[in-house]
Amino acid sequence: MPEASRALPEPTPETAHFWEGTRQGELRLQRCDACLHVYFPPRPFCPKCAHRRVTVIRASGRATLYSYVIHHRPVPGFEPPYSIAVVELEERPRMMTNIVNAPQTPEALRLDMPVRVVFRRISDTITLPLFEPVEKLA
Amino acid sequence: MKPGSVAIVGAAETTELGKIPNLSQLQLHADAALNTLADAGLKPVDIDGVATAGESPVAIAYMLGIAPRWVDGTAVGGCSFMLHVRHAAAAICEGLCKTVLVTHGESGYSRVGRTLPARGPSSYNGQFEAPFGTAGPPTAFTIPALRYMKRFGLREEDLALVAVVQREWATHNPRASHRTPLTVDEVLASSMIAYPFRKLMCCLVTDGGGALVLAAAERARDFPRKPVYVLGTGESVETPLVSQMEDFTTSRAFRVSGKQAFEEAGISPREVGHLMIYDAFAHLPLFGLEDLGFVERGEAARFIRDRHTAPGGRLPLNTNGGGLSYMHSGMYGMYALQESVRQLRGIAPAQVPGVRISVAHGVGGMFAASGTIVLGSER
Repeated sequence: MPEASRALPEPTPETAHFWEGTRQGELRLQRCDACLHVYFPPRPFCPKCAHRRVTVIRASGRATLYSYVIHHRPVPGFEPPYSIAVVELEERPRMMTNIVNAPQTPEALRLDMPVRVVFRRISDTITLPLFEPVEKLA
Repeated sequence: MKPGSVAIVGAAETTELGKIPNLSQLQLHADAALNTLADAGLKPVDIDGVATAGESPVAIAYMLGIAPRWVDGTAVGGCSFMLHVRHAAAAICEGLCKTVLVTHGESGYSRVGRTLPARGPSSYNGQFEAPFGTAGPPTAFTIPALRYMKRFGLREEDLALVAVVQREWATHNPRASHRTPLTVDEVLASSMIAYPFRKLMCCLVTDGGGALVLAAAERARDFPRKPVYVLGTGESVETPLVSQMEDFTTSRAFRVSGKQAFEEAGISPREVGHLMIYDAFAHLPLFGLEDLGFVERGEAARFIRDRHTAPGGRLPLNTNGGGLSYMHSGMYGMYALQESVRQLRGIAPAQVPGVRISVAHGVGGMFAASGTIVLGSER
């Protein structure tokens, strides 16, 4: 798959720690020092209480499959059909991703099934956090 | 705004709808504007307020030769025109301007002179959604649907039925793109776009435009057409990232916008005789019916199955055929407003007898924004 032809992210000063994390094999979230709210996507203040002191934390990488579509049309860098999914992290925030290492079928992709993060290096600067089922299908 | 203090005194769509390769996006705005000015018996010099999305109000005012003293370029996607109506009503009440032109035009199919919202690779979308292969609305707007379906026990047939019932309305409309009756089986046999959405559960992609003229209700009788009164308005936004919606089974923007509009109008959903819910995809009328309070959470699919929204039902919904069958240029909200105006004027192709209150509800982006307008045939 010519993955480098994907629409790749361009990190900003406020998101650089996230993309630095994926390069190092870490999924990074942020936690408010005041109200302890854990959130994603990145911003240097708490979206719940507007406090400016926040701490970058490492997520466990464990999640469940919250919702998805299976796209059947061609998109640069992808081989259809492929899932575009939203997972709910153990720490609560949700994020968009792809479910990989599984058949791209409704039967294999069951809502609420446990998934875990895997890191896919796309370019020198960008590594994407993808997710795979924890249990392999029999 | 006091309910009924502002009226829609002019409304029209582009001369043609569908495939219009000989007109640019800007000219689609202008064609709709000229038809609407004629409908209202006005010349551009009579207009002192301009609101639009997709193009800059600067371009629209310049092209039509208008010297406005009030402009609104609010652009939050397909419901922008609902927000323009709301803002225009407030501006007229406040005396900032007297006669407002709201325009829409979009070369969605032919893509002539089209402007697109810029979402660079450093935007939230560019960093946290696009890298996973979202390719426009069919892959993003649709993502909450499976969660909704699991929560409320819906099947693909329920999504298909939304398209089938709206096609029933479209069969009465000579300007609808698709007018052949449709079955659930045919919808489920259409090609898979993004599971669980098949082609006939996704909106059309067409060219067209529409425009409105608003003025104070006291002036409404100076215009040739039957006025349609603005009774209540609402607006809200939630998130540019569909993946970050608070809840995949209900839209916060819909709830905030709808509640505000009904409260302002001082009516309950029970008093509504005609309803337009922006249907870019088949799950949107389900969310709209529930989030606006027409039915309880999880009840919308059954409400449609029981034919309450179909011809002859007690809550006629998307009577032009909707974005699924009538037309969808990209920012469909204007066409929902146009159909509400036609129904209240009593001139709709699939006219519902005796409509007194119509609601036009719009969505912008992927559940990102919302606008709701309650319209009435009387103040």
